[in-house]
Amino acid sequence: MELSNWIQLMIGIPLFGFLISLAVSERKETLLSRVAFYTAGINLLSTLIFLVFWVLQGGKDLNLKEISIFKNDHFEFLIDFFFDRVSAVYLIVGALLTFLITFYSRYYLHREPGYKRFFNTVLFFYLGFNLTILSGNFETLFIGWEILGLSSFLLVAFYRKNLLPSRNAIKVFSIYRIGDVGLILAMWASHHFWHANVTFLDLTNAQRVMEQQLGHSGIALFIGLMLLLAAAAKSAQFPFSSWLPRAMEGPTPSSAIFYGSLSVHLGVFLLLRTYPFWENQWLVRIFIGAIGLITAAVSTTIARVQTSVKTQIGYASLTQIGIMFIEVAAGLELLALVHFAGNAFLRTYQLLVSPSVVSYLIREQFYRFIPKKKREGNTWENRLYLSVYVWSLKEWNLDRLIHRVIFQPLKKLGHKLDFLRYRTLFLYFIPSYALGVYLLVTGYTLPNWLHQILPAVFAFVALLMVLKSFTERRSIRLAWTMLWMNHFWMVLAIAENENFALSEISMYLSGVVLFGALGWMLIRWMIKLYGDLGLYTYRGNVRKHPVVAFLFLLAVLGLIGFPISPTFIGEDLLFSHIHEDQFVLAFIAALAFVMEGVAAVRIFTRIFFGVHSNFDDSDLLKSINNS
Amino acid sequence: MNLYTTREAMGVDEILHALKHFLPAQAPLKDFVHHNTLHAFQHLPFFQGIKLAGDQFGYKGFLSIPEYRVLYREGKIKGPVLKKVLEDHFGEQANTWLVKLLDEAQDKLTAPKIGKFRAHWRNDYHFNLDKIIHPFLFRLLSAYLDQGISIWSFPLEAKGFLDAIRQLQEGSFSSIFTSKRVIDLLNNPNLDLDSLLEILVGDPKSYGWYLFDQQFAHPGWSGMVSVLEDQPESLLDSKPISLKDLILMECLLEIDSLDKKFGEGWVPLGLQFSYDTEQLFEVGLMEEVDLVRQCWQEAYEWSYYDEVLAGIQAVVPNAESSATPNFQALFCIDDRECSTRRHLEYIEPNCATYGTPGFFNVEFYFQPEFGKFYTKSCPAPVTPKFLIKETAKDKKLASDVHFHQNNHSLVRGWMRAQTLGFWSAVKLVGNILRPSSSALEVSSFHHMDPKGTLSIEYQGEEENGLQVGFKVEEMADRIEGLLRSIGLLNGFSPLIYLIGHGASSINNTHYAGYDCGACCGRPGSVNARVAAYMANLDEVRVELKLRGIAIPTETQFLGGLHDTTKDEILFFDEEGLNAANQSLHQINREKFARVLDVNSLERARRFDTLAKNMSLGGLHEAVKKRAFSLFEPRPEYNHATNALCIVSRKSTLKGLFFDRRAFLNSYDYRTDREGKALAKILAAAIPVCGGINLEYYFSRMDPDKLGAGTKLPHNVMGLIGVANGADGDLRTGLPYQMVEIHDPIRLMMVVEQLPELVFQVITGSPALLEWVTNTWIHFVVLDPTTGKFLRWMDGKFISYTPVTAVEHLEHLHDKLIGSQNNLPVYLIDSF
Repeated sequence: MELSNWIQLMIGIPLFGFLISLAVSERKETLLSRVAFYTAGINLLSTLIFLVFWVLQGGKDLNLKEISIFKNDHFEFLIDFFFDRVSAVYLIVGALLTFLITFYSRYYLHREPGYKRFFNTVLFFYLGFNLTILSGNFETLFIGWEILGLSSFLLVAFYRKNLLPSRNAIKVFSIYRIGDVGLILAMWASHHFWHANVTFLDLTNAQRVMEQQLGHSGIALFIGLMLLLAAAAKSAQFPFSSWLPRAMEGPTPSSAIFYGSLSVHLGVFLLLRTYPFWENQWLVRIFIGAIGLITAAVSTTIARVQTSVKTQIGYASLTQIGIMFIEVAAGLELLALVHFAGNAFLRTYQLLVSPSVVSYLIREQFYRFIPKKKREGNTWENRLYLSVYVWSLKEWNLDRLIHRVIFQPLKKLGHKLDFLRYRTLFLYFIPSYALGVYLLVTGYTLPNWLHQILPAVFAFVALLMVLKSFTERRSIRLAWTMLWMNHFWMVLAIAENENFALSEISMYLSGVVLFGALGWMLIRWMIKLYGDLGLYTYRGNVRKHPVVAFLFLLAVLGLIGFPISPTFIGEDLLFSHIHEDQFVLAFIAALAFVMEGVAAVRIFTRIFFGVHSNFDDSDLLKSINNS
Repeated sequence: MNLYTTREAMGVDEILHALKHFLPAQAPLKDFVHHNTLHAFQHLPFFQGIKLAGDQFGYKGFLSIPEYRVLYREGKIKGPVLKKVLEDHFGEQANTWLVKLLDEAQDKLTAPKIGKFRAHWRNDYHFNLDKIIHPFLFRLLSAYLDQGISIWSFPLEAKGFLDAIRQLQEGSFSSIFTSKRVIDLLNNPNLDLDSLLEILVGDPKSYGWYLFDQQFAHPGWSGMVSVLEDQPESLLDSKPISLKDLILMECLLEIDSLDKKFGEGWVPLGLQFSYDTEQLFEVGLMEEVDLVRQCWQEAYEWSYYDEVLAGIQAVVPNAESSATPNFQALFCIDDRECSTRRHLEYIEPNCATYGTPGFFNVEFYFQPEFGKFYTKSCPAPVTPKFLIKETAKDKKLASDVHFHQNNHSLVRGWMRAQTLGFWSAVKLVGNILRPSSSALEVSSFHHMDPKGTLSIEYQGEEENGLQVGFKVEEMADRIEGLLRSIGLLNGFSPLIYLIGHGASSINNTHYAGYDCGACCGRPGSVNARVAAYMANLDEVRVELKLRGIAIPTETQFLGGLHDTTKDEILFFDEEGLNAANQSLHQINREKFARVLDVNSLERARRFDTLAKNMSLGGLHEAVKKRAFSLFEPRPEYNHATNALCIVSRKSTLKGLFFDRRAFLNSYDYRTDREGKALAKILAAAIPVCGGINLEYYFSRMDPDKLGAGTKLPHNVMGLIGVANGADGDLRTGLPYQMVEIHDPIRLMMVVEQLPELVFQVITGSPALLEWVTNTWIHFVVLDPTTGKFLRWMDGKFISYTPVTAVEHLEHLHDKLIGSQNNLPVYLIDSF
């Protein structure tokens, strides 16, 4: 029997289960939970059988031959699967926990509005998880990665009619997207690094890796660091830690499986998976170790001052993941794997029993209370202790740091375009775009220095538009249109850069045009109903218009290049046209891509999630419009 | 409370006083006691109170009008009753109003006044103060009050919250504030709220509105602080705190943020926008839509009450036999015992059951073996002078390593993740696939060690101002009071059971709300055992005889505890029974076992996820399992569906099926000619049952603001409360899972006694009169001489004749299997 074919089953079963669960009616609780239960159950069973065969056959690394999705003369998009002991551990832990959680949630979520949504999302998440851990190349991994990001967003915002879950869902999604910058740039750089579509199997060929790295140590270092960025964001490592506790907004079992166990350990997975690549780069290893060490040190202090049970578990888990980073950096793969499995089980269990903490600890306190010693006197140690205490309570200002360093500068840039209005947008857009096209056509007559920087300039315009959309509050329509338009500038930038075939452009733009138009029409429909209320607050329209909300989500996903839209492959294609030495252009493009995701999801969340006010809020609107 | 007629602007102290009055009054989780959620409005008639609460705070006290119409179409609101309600209100215009109710009227929701003033920061300055301040403020508060979650507990001994902040600010390198002016303010030992409000608000007439806006942006935390200020003993690890401190701190944080954003020159909000605090408390006029809702709600309520009264009327009084029953059993008045008693009377027709508040009239603090604190074992408002201590040799405390704080540290956490982690996997699989009892469970039977001994008799010992044990006379007082209240003064059976109750659950933060309310949210085991012991004591019997209650020597009292979740009974001190009673008891035990099986069947009909096609025993096992299944958010339904409190003889209700919706308090009007016993009963039953009922009512009507919402995302804060997620406010009220099957109707109190006497009792107590005359409960008297009902309306009793007919069933059993919904009142012959 060809073992590698079994891998498809691990993807197929969750995919199939997910699709069925979509089709089941909301009212059929039993059927829904059964679908989830059997999907997870059958998958667990087949995983176990598969693992037995795999071990019997020597536990060798498996590679499932690639499937080509898109191909032209210089670019190919491949789906590829790979299996080794790292996948094995993640697979079995994931299968077991998902099975337990579906069983658990069947009763726990009984009668909860959103029962169906919950199981849909969990199965979707599970599909993304398996895709990620079984992926054989970066492209496949990225698909799984994106699914994880989206399903996390949906589960954090499970109570989408409340403010805090909605707000925190955007926060989690934004940090995930920052991680995506790393992954995209790593993918881009490795295209150039290998001059071929490299699979993870290729990475295990130590000699080949060594040879390649000899002449390209700079780019190799870059790839390593970008992978670290992706891993750190996904695993909530320093300085991204503060999203993790805020992700605990959904029902307890979803918090347990996502942020206690599976999702949060995927950064570690990414590092383990790419270990052969950066194994010989001591600088990368030091960075990984250092990030791990700082995270462990910082989160353990934060965990110590937490007074809520879920955030305490979250930070305690982070501390351990920090240590896992150190273990991975030290090359202790097996230890890291054992550590991962243990930590995942421990935190899942702790989260699931977290409501019991009240009665348990109160009983402990009742029978065993010893008043804690307080600090007295103005000694140096006391001052230091109190300082650490206060800093830990403030979570070492990590949240503010991210905001200051990343989002605030971007917002500032976005505000540069504040003069734009929806009605006047085209007055600026058409002439400038025409100028761009003109420059493109006549490009060969331009002075060389100008010609060289034009792609970056165009890309920067695209980025500005995205950032404007990200900061826009007054008009939904304007925000959406800017997002839509940015792609055209991006195409212009790449076309300026290199010969961008029409078929490639259409590949890229087809999804943009289609989904952009869908979103635009839905917004138009909403505006007809309510007027353009802007994006000042969360409007909670999902309550009244669930179908529109779903369609708009599709539009958002299509526009931002989620793997349901040809734009997803288009993005990859686009990056393949950015040259090895064009770091600036690559960075701008990646940033635009990522911020586009954040901006689009922000628009979606503000329109559809949050508290829906039944009250007549015309007063409020008046006061907003007057200011 | 003089809120509505103030001529001058309210002073800061007055505002604080008003705030404390309006904030939620919910104690920490371990002391959860039901109370009227809208207690602040109880001085107003019910519907006006709801109206004001809606205008002021946006609280919802009604169903939506379409929901009422659905109930009408489903027959849950009955046509004749609706007609009667409308005629009572509008006389000849009833038909016009009927059209309004059925067709024309539409819900109108206006934005509440609360929050409007402070919203200008956000709307006009685009500055979201709450977003910036709340998370940090909640974290500080929670760190200060934490009872044992954090590993580094709050490091300083402080005189209050603000003092703690001052010490932190002074003693550390890290600053809590950034604005120089705020730090100076903080360091001023005479810092007063007026000076801060002058900076923030500017105009004294707006101070009150501003502070209400500010504190009601997080009513959960503010309410908790206010409760802890008044009852500091609610925290075992005590922390002095006051609402004023919290407000001072919050104002400082606000000034700090505003300074940071706008520099020190910003203009106080009250000088830009004018809001008069007085207007916040203005009572709006009842509008048409309010009357429509009121009529719908009343019709909804009387549709059920009418059935109940019709049922009581249909009971055929049987000739009272003079024979002594086989045994007598006293249960708590709790609605959950309503069915237990009914089944017991079917299975042993020759027994008599009684209902009385489950602390059995003995009030004390209890200290179990190894316990470092006392727990109150009597209704919450009572302050006992007695202490009962337990000594138990073989007591062990179960523990679970998963809650050990080492799990959260760095190095030990690393060791544990690799080892304990895999043990967790095993436990997780085990606990999910085969739930079983564990250290995580709250079990009512563990409250007291049944093999331990209790210090019931006074031996001359005092402790912390409490008398350890009772003197003979004190015991006799309590037993006499108990027996007189239920009218059991002669005809004593050889065996008299005193059965307290408690509940068991796991993963349940609101566990205290499931136990006996009359025992301050604890299981009633100690009280049952103590009361039985007292009643068995020879000296007490002698004393009682002197007071006219002659209990035969062969009569013995036996305490027990009914676990209402698992439906199990544990008896205490069975070895003390004499031989004859011992053998009687053995027979009764089997009957009790059978009762519990049947009772669990009756409860099982409400559990949606439970398969019903099982044997009786299998069903009971499945019900038991809910108590320790981690994934079961509804171990039992607690007081859900409660609607009645009936104070009467059991014979008056013979054969009536109330579907576990009634608090039943035994009372014999013939033995209480002066109404003394009744006054005592009502003084306890009205606030306790009314409080339970209204907490369910409001948590069901407004799960977002008055209830705790769904419990699934709850996160435990400092062991004192729950919040949604990491940065949310504390949630008050009941989780939606507890109230989802509750029909939100007020409590109807039915008392069997002469109307004149009842009138005298009610008007004799201002507190009771407020409940009744403002209709926060409905009050009906059953005149035992005529068998007629009189209903309290506008300060007097008016006769009431039920219009519904009650169905007579031979067997209840079939009805129970078929439906999950509330069942009507039936007159039944047997199970």
